Amino acid sequence: MKGFKVINPGMHSLLQDKGRVGYHHLGITSGGAFDQYSIGWANRLCLNSENAGCIEILVGGLILEAQVTTQIAITGADVPIRINDSSVENWCTHNIQPGDKIAFGYATAGCRVYLAVAGGIQAPLIFNSLSTVVRECLGGLSKLGMPLEKGDILTCQSSSHSTQRSVPTKYHYQFDTDIAEIRMVIGYQYEQFSQQQISQFFSTDYTISPNSDRMGYRLEGPAIDTTPCEMLSEGISLGAVQLPADGMPIILLCDRQTIGGYPKLGSVFSQDIARLAQMMPGKKLRFKPFSIDQAQRILQESAP
Amino acid sequence: MSIEYPKVVIASENSTIVYFSERPCSQTSDQIAYTVHALKVRLGGDLIDLIPSYHSLLIIYNPLRLGYQKIEQEIRDTIGQWAPNNQSQQGRIVELPVYYSSESGPDLQRIVDHSGLTIDQVISIHQQTEYTVYAMGFAPGFAYLGEVDKRIAMPRLDTPRHNVPQGSVAIADRQTAIYPSQSPGGWNLVGLCPLSLFNAEKQPHSPMQVGDKLRFKSIDRDEFIQLGGSDKHLTGEKS
Repeated sequence: MKGFKVINPGMHSLLQDKGRVGYHHLGITSGGAFDQYSIGWANRLCLNSENAGCIEILVGGLILEAQVTTQIAITGADVPIRINDSSVENWCTHNIQPGDKIAFGYATAGCRVYLAVAGGIQAPLIFNSLSTVVRECLGGLSKLGMPLEKGDILTCQSSSHSTQRSVPTKYHYQFDTDIAEIRMVIGYQYEQFSQQQISQFFSTDYTISPNSDRMGYRLEGPAIDTTPCEMLSEGISLGAVQLPADGMPIILLCDRQTIGGYPKLGSVFSQDIARLAQMMPGKKLRFKPFSIDQAQRILQESAP
Repeated sequence: MSIEYPKVVIASENSTIVYFSERPCSQTSDQIAYTVHALKVRLGGDLIDLIPSYHSLLIIYNPLRLGYQKIEQEIRDTIGQWAPNNQSQQGRIVELPVYYSSESGPDLQRIVDHSGLTIDQVISIHQQTEYTVYAMGFAPGFAYLGEVDKRIAMPRLDTPRHNVPQGSVAIADRQTAIYPSQSPGGWNLVGLCPLSLFNAEKQPHSPMQVGDKLRFKSIDRDEFIQLGGSDKHLTGEKS
Protein backbone atom coordinates (compact mmCIF):
# COMPACT_ATOMS: atom_id res chain seq x y z
CA MET A 1 0.00 0.00 0.00
CA LYS A 2 1.24 3.45 -0.93
CA GLY A 3 0.61 6.96 0.24
CA PHE A 4 2.96 9.11 2.31
CA LYS A 5 6.03 8.00 4.19
CA VAL A 6 6.77 9.67 7.53
CA ILE A 7 10.37 10.93 7.34
CA ASN A 8 10.09 12.83 10.64
CA PRO A 9 6.96 12.70 12.84
CA GLY A 10 7.63 16.15 14.35
CA MET A 11 6.71 16.97 17.92
CA HIS A 12 3.45 15.03 18.13
CA SER A 13 1.41 14.18 15.06
CA LEU A 14 -1.81 12.19 15.31
CA LEU A 15 -4.26 10.63 12.87
CA GLN A 16 -7.66 12.15 13.56
CA ASP A 17 -11.15 12.39 12.13
CA LYS A 18 -14.35 13.67 13.74
CA GLY A 19 -13.95 11.19 16.58
CA ARG A 20 -15.95 8.37 18.19
CA VAL A 21 -19.69 8.76 18.55
CA GLY A 22 -22.03 6.47 20.45
CA TYR A 23 -19.56 4.61 22.72
CA HIS A 24 -19.50 6.73 25.86
CA HIS A 25 -21.48 4.05 27.72
CA LEU A 26 -18.42 1.77 27.41
CA GLY A 27 -16.19 4.47 28.87
CA ILE A 28 -14.79 5.41 25.46
CA THR A 29 -14.11 9.09 24.92
CA SER A 30 -14.82 11.02 21.73
CA GLY A 31 -11.25 11.81 20.66
CA GLY A 32 -11.19 13.34 17.17
CA ALA A 33 -9.64 16.54 15.85
CA PHE A 34 -9.28 19.09 18.63
CA ASP A 35 -9.91 21.96 16.18
CA GLN A 36 -12.99 20.77 14.27
CA TYR A 37 -13.16 24.08 12.39
CA SER A 38 -9.78 23.64 10.71
CA ILE A 39 -10.12 19.92 9.98
CA GLY A 40 -13.53 20.67 8.46
CA TRP A 41 -11.98 23.16 6.02
CA ALA A 42 -9.08 20.83 5.19
CA ASN A 43 -11.49 18.05 4.21
CA ARG A 44 -13.76 20.43 2.29
CA LEU A 45 -10.79 21.72 0.26
CA CYS A 46 -9.98 18.12 -0.71
CA LEU A 47 -13.67 17.42 -1.54
CA ASN A 48 -13.61 14.74 1.16
CA SER A 49 -16.42 13.55 3.38
CA GLU A 50 -16.46 15.50 6.63
CA ASN A 51 -15.23 12.47 8.58
CA ALA A 52 -12.18 11.66 6.39
CA GLY A 53 -8.90 10.86 8.16
CA CYS A 54 -6.38 13.71 8.49
CA ILE A 55 -3.16 14.44 10.39
CA GLU A 56 -3.28 16.76 13.39
CA ILE A 57 0.20 18.23 13.73
CA LEU A 58 1.07 19.78 17.09
CA VAL A 59 3.31 22.83 16.54
CA GLY A 60 5.17 21.30 13.56
CA GLY A 61 8.31 19.45 12.51
CA LEU A 62 6.49 16.82 10.42
CA ILE A 63 8.21 15.76 7.17
CA LEU A 64 6.43 13.48 4.69
CA GLU A 65 7.50 11.96 1.39
CA ALA A 66 4.80 11.32 -1.21
CA GLN A 67 4.57 7.98 -3.00
CA VAL A 68 1.44 8.79 -5.05
CA THR A 69 -0.02 11.52 -7.25
CA THR A 70 -2.64 13.33 -5.23
CA GLN A 71 -3.82 16.61 -3.76
CA ILE A 72 -3.42 17.78 -0.17
CA ALA A 73 -4.84 20.69 1.83
CA ILE A 74 -3.37 22.35 4.91
CA THR A 75 -5.29 24.49 7.44
CA GLY A 76 -5.01 25.61 11.06
CA ALA A 77 -2.05 27.31 12.74
CA ASP A 78 0.25 29.71 10.87
CA VAL A 79 3.24 27.54 10.02
CA PRO A 80 6.02 27.67 7.42
CA ILE A 81 5.44 24.88 4.87
CA ARG A 82 7.82 23.77 2.14
CA ILE A 83 7.11 21.40 -0.71
CA ASN A 84 10.54 20.39 -2.01
CA ASP A 85 12.35 23.75 -2.31
CA SER A 86 9.37 26.07 -2.42
CA SER A 87 7.51 27.77 0.40
CA VAL A 88 3.79 27.24 0.05
CA GLU A 89 0.64 28.74 1.57
CA ASN A 90 -1.72 27.50 4.24
CA TRP A 91 -5.57 27.32 3.82
CA CYS A 92 -5.37 25.96 0.26
CA THR A 93 -4.74 22.82 -1.79
CA HIS A 94 -1.43 21.67 -3.29
CA ASN A 95 -0.90 19.12 -6.06
CA ILE A 96 1.56 16.39 -5.13
CA GLN A 97 3.71 14.04 -7.23
CA PRO A 98 5.51 10.88 -6.09
CA GLY A 99 8.84 11.85 -4.51
CA ASP A 100 7.64 15.27 -3.29
CA LYS A 101 8.78 16.17 0.20
CA ILE A 102 6.38 18.14 2.41
CA ALA A 103 8.10 19.73 5.40
CA PHE A 104 6.52 21.74 8.22
CA GLY A 105 8.43 24.31 10.24
CA TYR A 106 7.14 25.43 13.63
CA ALA A 107 3.91 27.36 14.20
CA THR A 108 4.24 31.12 14.61
CA ALA A 109 0.58 31.69 15.59
CA GLY A 110 -1.78 28.97 16.79
CA CYS A 111 -0.39 25.48 17.47
CA ARG A 112 -2.35 22.81 15.58
CA VAL A 113 -2.08 22.24 11.83
CA TYR A 114 -4.34 19.91 9.81
CA LEU A 115 -3.29 18.08 6.68
CA ALA A 116 -5.96 16.40 4.55
CA VAL A 117 -5.39 14.20 1.50
CA ALA A 118 -7.84 13.72 -1.37
CA GLY A 119 -9.97 10.69 -0.48
CA GLY A 120 -8.73 10.72 3.13
CA ILE A 121 -5.94 8.84 4.89
CA GLN A 122 -6.89 5.18 5.25
CA ALA A 123 -6.39 3.42 8.58
CA PRO A 124 -8.23 0.69 10.46
CA LEU A 125 -11.32 1.92 12.26
CA ILE A 126 -11.83 1.20 15.94
CA PHE A 127 -15.34 2.05 17.10
CA ASN A 128 -15.99 3.63 13.71
CA SER A 129 -13.08 6.04 13.87
CA LEU A 130 -9.35 6.16 13.22
CA SER A 131 -8.88 8.85 15.88
CA THR A 132 -5.76 8.41 17.98
CA VAL A 133 -6.42 8.58 21.72
CA VAL A 134 -3.07 7.98 23.40
CA ARG A 135 -4.58 7.72 26.89
CA GLU A 136 -7.00 4.95 25.87
CA CYS A 137 -4.46 3.13 23.66
CA LEU A 138 -7.01 3.29 20.82
CA GLY A 139 -6.83 4.28 17.17
CA GLY A 140 -4.12 5.49 14.81
CA LEU A 141 -2.19 3.26 12.39
CA SER A 142 -1.42 0.59 14.99
CA LYS A 143 -4.96 0.77 16.47
CA LEU A 144 -3.14 1.07 19.81
CA GLY A 145 -3.21 4.84 20.15
CA MET A 146 0.34 5.60 18.97
CA PRO A 147 1.33 8.98 17.51
CA LEU A 148 2.95 8.91 14.04
CA GLU A 149 6.44 7.44 14.00
CA LYS A 150 9.36 7.64 11.60
CA GLY A 151 8.89 5.14 8.77
CA ASP A 152 5.09 4.89 9.07
CA ILE A 153 3.27 4.67 5.75
CA LEU A 154 0.03 6.64 5.59
CA THR A 155 -2.03 4.87 2.98
CA CYS A 156 -4.15 6.83 0.53
CA GLN A 157 -5.45 6.43 -2.97
CA SER A 158 -3.92 8.40 -5.81
CA SER A 159 -6.16 11.17 -7.07
CA SER A 160 -6.49 13.09 -10.30
CA HIS A 161 -7.85 16.21 -8.55
CA SER A 162 -5.77 19.10 -9.74
CA THR A 163 -8.04 22.17 -9.58
CA GLN A 164 -6.67 24.42 -6.88
CA ARG A 165 -9.02 25.58 -4.14
CA SER A 166 -8.46 27.94 -1.24
CA VAL A 167 -10.40 29.17 1.78
CA PRO A 168 -11.47 32.85 1.49
CA THR A 169 -9.33 35.00 3.79
CA LYS A 170 -12.28 36.07 5.94
CA TYR A 171 -12.63 32.44 7.10
CA HIS A 172 -8.96 32.04 8.07
CA TYR A 173 -8.20 31.86 11.76
CA GLN A 174 -8.22 35.12 13.68
CA PHE A 175 -5.75 34.13 16.38
CA ASP A 176 -6.35 35.56 19.81
CA THR A 177 -3.46 37.90 20.46
CA ASP A 178 -4.72 39.35 23.73
CA ILE A 179 -6.91 37.71 26.36
CA ALA A 180 -9.27 35.30 24.62
CA GLU A 181 -12.91 35.53 25.59
CA ILE A 182 -14.26 31.99 25.87
CA ARG A 183 -18.04 31.55 25.85
CA MET A 184 -19.35 29.03 28.39
CA VAL A 185 -22.91 27.69 28.32
CA ILE A 186 -23.94 27.77 31.96
CA GLY A 187 -25.14 24.44 33.30
CA TYR A 188 -24.52 21.42 35.54
CA GLN A 189 -23.91 22.54 39.18
CA TYR A 190 -23.79 26.28 38.30
CA GLU A 191 -26.74 27.04 40.60
CA GLN A 192 -24.90 25.51 43.54
CA PHE A 193 -21.98 27.97 43.38
CA SER A 194 -22.20 31.17 45.42
CA GLN A 195 -22.55 34.60 43.86
CA GLN A 196 -19.04 35.36 45.08
CA GLN A 197 -17.54 32.24 43.44
CA ILE A 198 -19.32 32.94 40.15
CA SER A 199 -18.25 36.56 39.99
CA GLN A 200 -14.64 35.66 40.74
CA PHE A 201 -14.74 32.97 38.03
CA PHE A 202 -15.99 35.35 35.32
CA SER A 203 -13.72 38.25 36.31
CA THR A 204 -10.43 36.27 36.45
CA ASP A 205 -7.91 36.28 33.60
CA TYR A 206 -6.73 32.65 33.59
CA THR A 207 -3.45 31.37 32.17
CA ILE A 208 -3.36 27.98 30.43
CA SER A 209 -1.05 25.74 32.49
CA PRO A 210 1.84 23.80 30.87
CA ASN A 211 0.12 20.72 32.29
CA SER A 212 -2.57 20.85 29.57
CA ASP A 213 -3.33 18.52 26.69
CA ARG A 214 -6.12 17.10 24.56
CA MET A 215 -7.70 15.61 27.68
CA GLY A 216 -8.02 18.91 29.50
CA TYR A 217 -6.69 22.43 29.95
CA ARG A 218 -5.72 23.25 33.49
CA LEU A 219 -6.04 26.94 34.26
CA GLU A 220 -3.95 29.02 36.62
CA GLY A 221 -5.23 32.03 38.50
CA PRO A 222 -6.27 33.02 42.01
CA ALA A 223 -7.90 29.93 43.54
CA ILE A 224 -11.67 30.10 44.05
CA ASP A 225 -12.65 29.27 47.62
CA THR A 226 -14.44 25.94 47.46
CA THR A 227 -16.24 24.01 50.12
CA PRO A 228 -15.65 20.28 49.84
CA CYS A 229 -18.80 18.56 48.68
CA GLU A 230 -19.52 14.92 48.21
CA MET A 231 -20.65 14.30 44.66
CA LEU A 232 -21.48 11.16 42.72
CA SER A 233 -19.61 10.71 39.44
CA GLU A 234 -21.65 11.70 36.40
CA GLY A 235 -21.35 12.05 32.62
CA ILE A 236 -19.01 14.77 31.33
CA SER A 237 -19.83 16.69 28.17
CA LEU A 238 -17.25 18.13 25.77
CA GLY A 239 -15.90 21.41 27.12
CA ALA A 240 -17.18 20.93 30.68
CA VAL A 241 -15.52 23.34 33.13
CA GLN A 242 -14.93 21.61 36.43
CA LEU A 243 -13.80 23.16 39.67
CA PRO A 244 -11.87 20.67 41.84
CA ALA A 245 -11.18 21.26 45.52
CA ASP A 246 -8.03 23.33 44.79
CA GLY A 247 -10.23 26.03 43.21
CA MET A 248 -8.44 26.00 39.82
CA PRO A 249 -10.77 25.31 36.86
CA ILE A 250 -10.07 22.56 34.33
CA ILE A 251 -11.69 22.55 30.87
CA LEU A 252 -12.35 18.94 29.78
CA LEU A 253 -11.68 18.44 26.10
CA CYS A 254 -11.77 15.86 23.30
CA ASP A 255 -9.81 13.10 25.12
CA ARG A 256 -11.60 13.72 28.47
CA GLN A 257 -12.67 10.95 30.84
CA THR A 258 -16.37 10.20 30.23
CA ILE A 259 -17.44 10.39 33.88
CA GLY A 260 -16.13 12.35 36.82
CA GLY A 261 -17.08 13.62 40.23
CA TYR A 262 -16.10 17.29 40.47
CA PRO A 263 -18.68 20.10 40.34
CA LYS A 264 -18.94 21.87 36.99
CA LEU A 265 -20.02 25.41 36.06
CA GLY A 266 -21.09 24.63 32.50
CA SER A 267 -19.46 23.77 29.18
CA VAL A 268 -17.44 25.80 26.68
CA PHE A 269 -19.26 26.57 23.42
CA SER A 270 -17.97 24.26 20.66
CA GLN A 271 -16.89 27.10 18.37
CA ASP A 272 -14.58 28.28 21.15
CA ILE A 273 -13.17 24.78 21.74
CA ALA A 274 -11.64 25.10 18.25
CA ARG A 275 -10.04 28.37 19.41
CA LEU A 276 -8.73 26.69 22.58
CA ALA A 277 -7.10 24.05 20.36
CA GLN A 278 -4.96 26.83 18.87
CA MET A 279 -3.90 28.26 22.26
CA MET A 280 -0.60 27.16 23.79
CA PRO A 281 0.16 27.00 27.52
CA GLY A 282 0.87 30.52 28.77
CA LYS A 283 -2.00 32.07 26.78
CA LYS A 284 -4.61 33.95 28.77
CA LEU A 285 -8.37 33.56 28.66
CA ARG A 286 -11.46 34.85 30.37
CA PHE A 287 -14.87 33.15 30.52
CA LYS A 288 -18.06 34.82 29.34
CA PRO A 289 -21.46 33.43 30.37
CA PHE A 290 -23.48 32.22 27.42
CA SER A 291 -27.06 31.00 27.39
CA ILE A 292 -28.23 27.79 25.79
CA ASP A 293 -30.59 29.91 23.60
CA GLN A 294 -27.68 31.93 22.21
CA ALA A 295 -25.57 28.81 21.67
CA GLN A 296 -28.25 26.81 19.89
CA ARG A 297 -29.26 29.80 17.72
CA ILE A 298 -25.66 30.25 16.51
CA LEU A 299 -25.30 26.52 15.83
CA GLN A 300 -28.48 26.54 13.75
CA GLU A 301 -27.46 29.68 11.85
CA SER A 302 -24.00 28.34 11.04
CA ALA A 303 -25.18 24.87 10.01
CA PRO A 304 -24.37 24.01 6.39
CA MET B 1 -34.49 22.46 50.50
CA SER B 2 -36.36 19.70 48.76
CA ILE B 3 -35.63 18.88 45.14
CA GLU B 4 -38.20 17.37 42.82
CA TYR B 5 -37.03 14.37 40.83
CA PRO B 6 -36.43 13.80 38.03
CA LYS B 7 -34.38 16.97 37.85
CA VAL B 8 -33.46 17.98 34.28
CA VAL B 9 -30.45 20.30 33.95
CA ILE B 10 -28.61 21.78 30.95
CA ALA B 11 -25.05 20.43 30.67
CA SER B 12 -23.79 21.95 27.39
CA GLU B 13 -24.97 23.29 24.05
CA ASN B 14 -26.02 19.77 23.02
CA SER B 15 -26.44 17.81 26.23
CA THR B 16 -28.80 17.63 29.17
CA ILE B 17 -28.32 15.74 32.42
CA VAL B 18 -31.14 14.10 34.34
CA TYR B 19 -30.88 13.35 38.06
CA PHE B 20 -33.29 10.60 39.12
CA SER B 21 -32.85 10.67 42.89
CA GLU B 22 -30.68 11.96 45.71
CA ARG B 23 -28.79 8.67 46.14
CA PRO B 24 -28.38 5.65 43.89
CA CYS B 25 -30.73 2.76 44.62
CA SER B 26 -32.15 -0.17 42.71
CA GLN B 27 -35.25 1.78 41.64
CA THR B 28 -33.04 4.56 40.26
CA SER B 29 -30.93 2.02 38.35
CA ASP B 30 -34.11 0.51 36.87
CA GLN B 31 -35.38 3.96 35.87
CA ILE B 32 -32.06 4.84 34.23
CA ALA B 33 -31.94 1.53 32.31
CA TYR B 34 -35.53 2.07 31.16
CA THR B 35 -34.83 5.66 30.08
CA VAL B 36 -31.70 4.66 28.13
CA HIS B 37 -33.69 2.07 26.20
CA ALA B 38 -36.79 4.20 25.67
CA LEU B 39 -34.87 7.30 24.53
CA LYS B 40 -32.96 5.28 21.92
CA VAL B 41 -36.29 4.14 20.47
CA ARG B 42 -37.96 7.53 20.77
CA LEU B 43 -35.18 9.78 19.45
CA GLY B 44 -33.45 7.45 16.96
CA GLY B 45 -30.77 9.29 15.00
CA ASP B 46 -31.33 12.58 16.83
CA LEU B 47 -29.74 10.98 19.89
CA ILE B 48 -25.94 11.11 19.76
CA ASP B 49 -24.79 9.40 22.97
CA LEU B 50 -25.85 8.52 26.51
CA ILE B 51 -23.79 8.30 29.70
CA PRO B 52 -25.64 6.53 32.52
CA SER B 53 -24.10 6.84 35.98
CA TYR B 54 -25.02 6.31 39.64
CA HIS B 55 -28.10 8.52 39.85
CA SER B 56 -27.91 10.43 36.60
CA LEU B 57 -28.04 10.15 32.83
CA LEU B 58 -26.24 12.53 30.44
CA ILE B 59 -28.12 12.78 27.16
CA ILE B 60 -26.21 14.11 24.14
CA TYR B 61 -28.43 15.08 21.19
CA ASN B 62 -28.28 16.77 17.80
CA PRO B 63 -29.06 20.44 18.50
CA LEU B 64 -29.82 21.07 14.82
CA ARG B 65 -32.78 18.71 15.12
CA LEU B 66 -33.91 19.24 18.71
CA GLY B 67 -33.81 22.34 20.87
CA TYR B 68 -33.20 22.04 24.60
CA GLN B 69 -36.84 22.69 25.49
CA LYS B 70 -38.02 19.96 23.14
CA ILE B 71 -35.47 17.48 24.53
CA GLU B 72 -36.53 18.27 28.09
CA GLN B 73 -40.13 17.52 27.14
CA GLU B 74 -39.11 14.26 25.45
CA ILE B 75 -37.13 13.24 28.54
CA ARG B 76 -40.01 14.04 30.93
CA ASP B 77 -42.53 12.21 28.75
CA THR B 78 -40.25 9.17 28.57
CA ILE B 79 -39.61 8.98 32.31
CA GLY B 80 -43.33 9.53 32.94
CA GLN B 81 -44.02 6.21 31.23
CA TRP B 82 -41.75 4.25 33.55
CA ALA B 83 -43.49 1.91 35.96
CA PRO B 84 -41.93 -0.03 38.85
CA ASN B 85 -41.41 -3.74 38.31
CA ASN B 86 -41.09 -3.35 34.60
CA GLN B 87 -39.55 -6.81 34.28
CA SER B 88 -38.49 -6.46 30.66
CA GLN B 89 -35.94 -3.82 31.62
CA GLN B 90 -34.15 -5.83 34.32
CA GLY B 91 -30.40 -6.13 33.89
CA ARG B 92 -28.73 -9.50 33.49
CA ILE B 93 -26.80 -11.30 36.19
CA VAL B 94 -23.14 -11.72 35.31
CA GLU B 95 -20.74 -13.96 37.23
CA LEU B 96 -16.99 -13.37 37.07
CA PRO B 97 -14.27 -15.65 38.48
CA VAL B 98 -11.71 -14.12 40.84
CA TYR B 99 -8.53 -15.58 42.29
CA TYR B 100 -8.42 -14.00 45.73
CA SER B 101 -5.09 -14.43 47.53
CA SER B 102 -2.20 -12.47 48.97
CA GLU B 103 -0.22 -13.05 45.78
CA SER B 104 -3.02 -11.73 43.52
CA GLY B 105 -4.48 -9.21 45.98
CA PRO B 106 -1.64 -7.40 47.74
CA ASP B 107 -4.01 -5.17 49.76
CA LEU B 108 -6.03 -8.01 51.36
CA GLN B 109 -3.80 -7.72 54.42
CA ARG B 110 -4.55 -3.97 54.70
CA ILE B 111 -8.27 -4.78 54.81
CA VAL B 112 -7.64 -7.53 57.37
CA ASP B 113 -5.73 -5.07 59.56
CA HIS B 114 -8.38 -2.39 59.12
CA SER B 115 -11.44 -4.59 59.65
CA GLY B 116 -10.26 -7.12 62.21
CA LEU B 117 -11.63 -9.90 59.99
CA THR B 118 -9.62 -12.86 58.66
CA ILE B 119 -8.57 -13.06 54.99
CA ASP B 120 -11.14 -15.80 54.41
CA GLN B 121 -13.88 -13.66 55.91
CA VAL B 122 -12.94 -10.66 53.72
CA ILE B 123 -13.02 -12.86 50.59
CA SER B 124 -16.26 -14.48 51.59
CA ILE B 125 -17.99 -11.15 52.24
CA HIS B 126 -16.73 -9.68 48.97
CA GLN B 127 -18.11 -12.57 46.93
CA GLN B 128 -21.40 -12.93 48.80
CA THR B 129 -22.65 -9.52 47.70
CA GLU B 130 -24.59 -8.99 44.50
CA TYR B 131 -23.30 -5.75 42.97
CA THR B 132 -24.97 -3.32 40.59
CA VAL B 133 -23.01 -1.93 37.62
CA TYR B 134 -23.63 1.77 38.29
CA ALA B 135 -21.39 3.34 35.67
CA MET B 136 -18.67 2.68 33.13
CA GLY B 137 -15.92 5.20 32.60
CA PHE B 138 -12.44 6.26 33.79
CA ALA B 139 -11.02 3.91 31.13
CA PRO B 140 -12.65 1.77 28.42
CA GLY B 141 -14.55 -1.09 30.08
CA PHE B 142 -13.95 0.09 33.68
CA ALA B 143 -17.15 -0.63 35.62
CA TYR B 144 -18.04 1.04 38.90
CA LEU B 145 -19.80 -1.52 41.11
CA GLY B 146 -21.63 -0.99 44.38
CA GLU B 147 -22.12 -1.31 47.14
CA VAL B 148 -19.45 -3.12 49.08
CA ASP B 149 -20.44 -4.51 52.50
CA LYS B 150 -19.56 -1.91 55.17
CA ARG B 151 -17.36 -4.42 57.03
CA ILE B 152 -14.82 -4.56 54.18
CA ALA B 153 -15.11 -0.95 52.96
CA MET B 154 -11.60 0.51 52.76
CA PRO B 155 -10.26 4.00 51.93
CA ARG B 156 -8.04 4.43 48.86
CA LEU B 157 -4.26 4.11 49.21
CA ASP B 158 -2.51 7.32 50.26
CA THR B 159 -0.25 7.05 47.22
CA PRO B 160 -1.71 5.46 44.08
CA ARG B 161 0.27 2.69 42.38
CA HIS B 162 1.86 3.48 39.02
CA ASN B 163 0.86 0.12 37.63
CA VAL B 164 -2.18 -1.84 38.64
CA PRO B 165 -2.16 -5.17 36.72
CA GLN B 166 -4.89 -5.93 34.20
CA GLY B 167 -7.78 -7.84 35.76
CA SER B 168 -7.20 -6.54 39.30
CA VAL B 169 -10.31 -6.62 41.49
CA ALA B 170 -10.24 -3.66 43.81
CA ILE B 171 -12.10 -1.85 46.59
CA ALA B 172 -12.34 1.89 47.30
CA ASP B 173 -14.63 2.82 50.18
CA ARG B 174 -17.93 1.13 49.33
CA GLN B 175 -17.16 0.75 45.63
CA THR B 176 -15.54 -2.18 43.91
CA ALA B 177 -14.27 -2.58 40.35
CA ILE B 178 -12.04 -4.57 38.02
CA TYR B 179 -9.23 -2.86 36.09
CA PRO B 180 -9.78 -3.93 32.44
CA SER B 181 -6.25 -2.95 31.47
CA GLN B 182 -3.04 -2.06 33.23
CA SER B 183 -3.23 1.48 34.56
CA PRO B 184 -2.28 3.67 37.50
CA GLY B 185 -4.71 3.40 40.39
CA GLY B 186 -5.22 3.92 44.10
CA TRP B 187 -7.81 1.27 44.93
CA ASN B 188 -7.12 -1.66 47.27
CA LEU B 189 -6.32 -4.80 45.29
CA VAL B 190 -7.96 -8.00 46.55
CA GLY B 191 -7.68 -10.44 43.63
CA LEU B 192 -7.34 -11.04 39.92
CA CYS B 193 -9.97 -11.94 37.31
CA PRO B 194 -8.50 -14.09 34.50
CA LEU B 195 -11.06 -13.01 31.86
CA SER B 196 -10.67 -10.21 29.33
CA LEU B 197 -12.91 -7.32 30.38
CA PHE B 198 -12.56 -5.10 27.37
CA ASN B 199 -11.97 -5.99 23.75
CA ALA B 200 -12.15 -3.23 21.17
CA GLU B 201 -12.48 -5.68 18.31
CA LYS B 202 -14.97 -8.23 19.65
CA GLN B 203 -18.66 -8.01 20.47
CA PRO B 204 -19.66 -7.63 23.20
CA HIS B 205 -16.78 -5.32 24.07
CA SER B 206 -17.36 -5.85 27.77
CA PRO B 207 -19.06 -8.73 29.64
CA MET B 208 -21.22 -6.25 31.55
CA GLN B 209 -23.16 -3.06 31.04
CA VAL B 210 -24.71 -0.42 33.26
CA GLY B 211 -27.71 -1.86 35.09
CA ASP B 212 -26.43 -5.45 35.15
CA LYS B 213 -25.99 -7.30 38.44
CA LEU B 214 -22.62 -8.84 39.09
CA ARG B 215 -21.36 -11.61 41.35
CA PHE B 216 -17.79 -12.71 41.96
CA LYS B 217 -16.95 -16.39 42.25
CA SER B 218 -13.82 -17.43 44.11
CA ILE B 219 -11.45 -19.68 42.13
CA ASP B 220 -8.06 -21.17 43.02
CA ARG B 221 -4.66 -20.64 41.43
CA ASP B 222 -4.95 -23.58 39.02
CA GLU B 223 -8.39 -22.50 37.80
CA PHE B 224 -7.06 -18.97 37.36
CA ILE B 225 -4.30 -20.22 35.06
CA GLN B 226 -6.67 -22.58 33.21
CA LEU B 227 -9.06 -19.70 32.49
CA GLY B 228 -6.25 -17.78 30.84
CA GLY B 229 -4.90 -15.83 33.80
CA SER B 230 -1.28 -14.79 33.58
CA ASP B 231 1.06 -15.79 36.39
CA LYS B 232 3.38 -12.86 35.72
CA HIS B 233 1.52 -10.74 38.31
CA LEU B 234 1.51 -13.50 40.91
CA THR B 235 4.26 -13.20 43.45
CA GLY B 236 4.31 -16.91 44.21
CA GLU B 237 3.48 -16.19 47.82
CA LYS B 238 0.38 -18.27 48.56
CA SER B 239 -2.31 -17.12 50.93
